[in-house]
Amino acid sequence: MASAFERIADIIAETSDVPRENIKPESHVIEDLGIDSLDFLDIVFAIDKAFGIKVPVESWTQEVNSGTAPAGQYFVMENLAKRIEELVAAKAG
Amino acid sequence: MRLEYFQMIDKVLSVDAESILAEATVPLASPVFEGHFPGHPLVPGVLLVETMAQASGHMLMKRLGFARMPFLIGSRETKLRSFVGPGMVLNVTARLVHEGSGFAVTDAAITSAGKRICEVREMKFSIQDFPAPELQAAMRAQAVRMGLIEDREA
Repeated sequence: MASAFERIADIIAETSDVPRENIKPESHVIEDLGIDSLDFLDIVFAIDKAFGIKVPVESWTQEVNSGTAPAGQYFVMENLAKRIEELVAAKAG
Repeated sequence: MRLEYFQMIDKVLSVDAESILAEATVPLASPVFEGHFPGHPLVPGVLLVETMAQASGHMLMKRLGFARMPFLIGSRETKLRSFVGPGMVLNVTARLVHEGSGFAVTDAAITSAGKRICEVREMKFSIQDFPAPELQAAMRAQAVRMGLIEDREA
């Protein structure tokens, strides 16, 4: 089974115009890959389906906007992959 | 249908948390038909898409307790199979495919007299706070009018 990072990178490459080889663990989804909010929702929809979870984008965004969490915690690829793995683990109980 | 006012749905026939069946009757006359098209009046395809979006949106708003509003942001695939002209009675269905964080996805379709008219797959909506209180009130009033909710629920 591919890692969460690889699966998410594949999803981003399939859903947006970003070449797969440009997506690295240290890439910031918005600042480095240039994903806008509309494409990001498509990506989240695909992640929700692929991993059987509901990515809490609204609460993440709220935390970042209120300054209680750095954007990189959710939107840098390696961290995003970790958050997805945590959500999958939490769902599995 | 009041095409000029973008009020596409006349009546909700049934609704639950994940699906809706609604009815829309195309008016016999409308300024829209003067341009689209002279001598061959047709409901524009974009208004059929809007009709499916509104059915989806009404279902979602009821599901959200009219606390937030869905705004159409895209769709995967649309098929417009048949012309729709004045006087036709349309059955509009929508089904929830996925509810995410701040967005929802539906499939929707229109039939008339048992014939497939059009479909849309994976219609996506951004779920946002109502941008104005009068819009929220208008949506609730419209929902009562079309039988989406009871008067006491509004």
